[in-house]
Amino acid sequence: MEGSSAVSRDLAIRCRDLHRHLGQGEGRVHVLKGVSFEARRGQVYAIVGPSGCGKSTLLYLLGLLDRPDGGEIEINGRVMSNHDDLARTAARGEHIGFVFQFHFLMLEFTALENVMMPMRKLGKLTPAAMRDRAHGLLEAVGLGAKTHRLGTQLSGGEQQRVAVARALANQPTILLADEPTGNLDVRNSNLVFDLLTRLAKENGQAVVLVTHNPEIAQRCDVTRPMRDGVFV
Amino acid sequence: MISPNLRIAFRFLTAKKRAMVMSLACTILGVGLFIVTQATTSGFERFFTKTILGINGAIRIEDKIQDTMRSMAAAGGGDSHFARREGVKYIEGIEEPQALIEALRGFPNIRGVSAVVRGGVQVTSAFKTEDAQVFGIRLEDHVRVSDLAEQITSGQLDDFRQTPTGALVGRVLADRLQLVVGDSFVLSTRGASRRLRVAAIYETGYREVDKTNVYLHQAEARSLLKRPSGATFLQIGLHDPDRAPADASRMEQVLRHSVKPWQEREKTWLAVFRALRISTMITVSVFTLIASLAMFNTLAMIVLEKTKDIAILRSMGYERRDVTRIFLWQAGIVLGIGAGAGAILGAVVTWLVSQVPLPVNGIFKTDRFIVTWDIYHYLGAIATAVVMVMIASLIPARRAARLEPGDIVRGTAQ
Repeated sequence: MEGSSAVSRDLAIRCRDLHRHLGQGEGRVHVLKGVSFEARRGQVYAIVGPSGCGKSTLLYLLGLLDRPDGGEIEINGRVMSNHDDLARTAARGEHIGFVFQFHFLMLEFTALENVMMPMRKLGKLTPAAMRDRAHGLLEAVGLGAKTHRLGTQLSGGEQQRVAVARALANQPTILLADEPTGNLDVRNSNLVFDLLTRLAKENGQAVVLVTHNPEIAQRCDVTRPMRDGVFV
Repeated sequence: MISPNLRIAFRFLTAKKRAMVMSLACTILGVGLFIVTQATTSGFERFFTKTILGINGAIRIEDKIQDTMRSMAAAGGGDSHFARREGVKYIEGIEEPQALIEALRGFPNIRGVSAVVRGGVQVTSAFKTEDAQVFGIRLEDHVRVSDLAEQITSGQLDDFRQTPTGALVGRVLADRLQLVVGDSFVLSTRGASRRLRVAAIYETGYREVDKTNVYLHQAEARSLLKRPSGATFLQIGLHDPDRAPADASRMEQVLRHSVKPWQEREKTWLAVFRALRISTMITVSVFTLIASLAMFNTLAMIVLEKTKDIAILRSMGYERRDVTRIFLWQAGIVLGIGAGAGAILGAVVTWLVSQVPLPVNGIFKTDRFIVTWDIYHYLGAIATAVVMVMIASLIPARRAARLEPGDIVRGTAQ
């Protein structure tokens, strides 16, 4: 019993029999066809597969950015797929960090402000503590000297590193990354991947990343290939 | 501490400088124009109202309502006669002014009552003869129900007070007869005539009044007009002239005399001013609409350009209402700055307009453009801008909040 309880405590995210259709009318496509998946803390998972197989759709569903047509999603043991938008948004803010392919920094803000943004919303820390934590995270991703640069004044690799720091800002239990290195050169790809996995392992976070890059996938703890809306 | 939503709103807005400046300029101009048009339109209306209240008072009581056989008999003895107006018969004039004045003491809004004897005369100077109207007044009573004391432009009111044969002559009539203070002239009517002296010359700015009205001491007027008792009308001054219609209605019921408030007496001119006000309000509304459209355009543009940012915010735990607030804050910032700057612009332009030379003489007299300084014009302008801009902002703000983060990310990633 104790063993099973420890396993369930380790389980950061789990989904069962997820279905998702996209498009309308004749263009409606059954993208996910009963996908089940789970991720444990401290582990790095790669979801791989050809374009259009449904991996990003699965990631957005796991991140509660989208609603499934069928099936359920548990975040830290709590079923969230059927909750209203407010509860799902709160869960996103507290338990989930995102890293997107195209950096998605808010360019009018400095690197420091971008990292502080999720903390400001969560409101658990004092402004000074937020600032300290953001500085620490930017130091950790190697941008301690560029905290006050605007998003537009950072290179692609630097922006992605800021995005990693931002995703970790609220110490989420789950880190979801959609092609986090897809837009970067080899050097920056390795840098960002190493960062993601190192910081996640240090903090005991479950990392789920979608990638086309076989080298990156090989370096993950678990690789789950997908094809035509199902894991193969 | 600044809220995260306000901080984001400010950055979003300042990132779109040109669009923001455009919205801001429209809001400033909308608020400023609203204030200036209200100040100028109501300026003339209020000045006209002040002028006519200063001449004729807030209420006039004249002509007894004839509703019984007894009142017909009462009218038979004097020089009064019957007249039918709007289905009601009136006996012209007031037979017992003192009794009415006593009865009027029960009206707390009354500032003063002046019994006036009026009659048509001819005025003859050394130069020519003109038709005029004589108003027999008790000076101390009349200055409480009019601005006669402030309307004196030549001579002294005290001269009139101390000279039983003195007269107050209107500026236009005096000019036509080439009379100056101290000159003598002859008033004649129904075969009787009196020689009087110009004690002072007054000017109300209302040309018809300044051309015809000659004020005499009441005893002199009664003697000239052969009217030993009664009065032609009672002129009433009120503490709050806006309440004149309600007071007049009650007075008519209590006193059984025809009672006319200034709003009814001057309804033609007031209708002209109302039309002018509506016309300027339409202009201002169009301008405010343009301001709100500019705001709508700016925010709609920001929503379109910031869909990615909205997705980021939503992925970080920002709720739909946060997104709505971020966009409403943007409108709020533009409104705040626009309303403040618009109010200052309105005040400055209003002051500049008030310095514009504009000689007007006819229904009132002024040498400059007349404006009114009224806090309600500023509050009205700001309230109108708030309503219009917030309505215009709500649509893009709600649209932004409705965006599904998954759809945005998927769409951008493709």
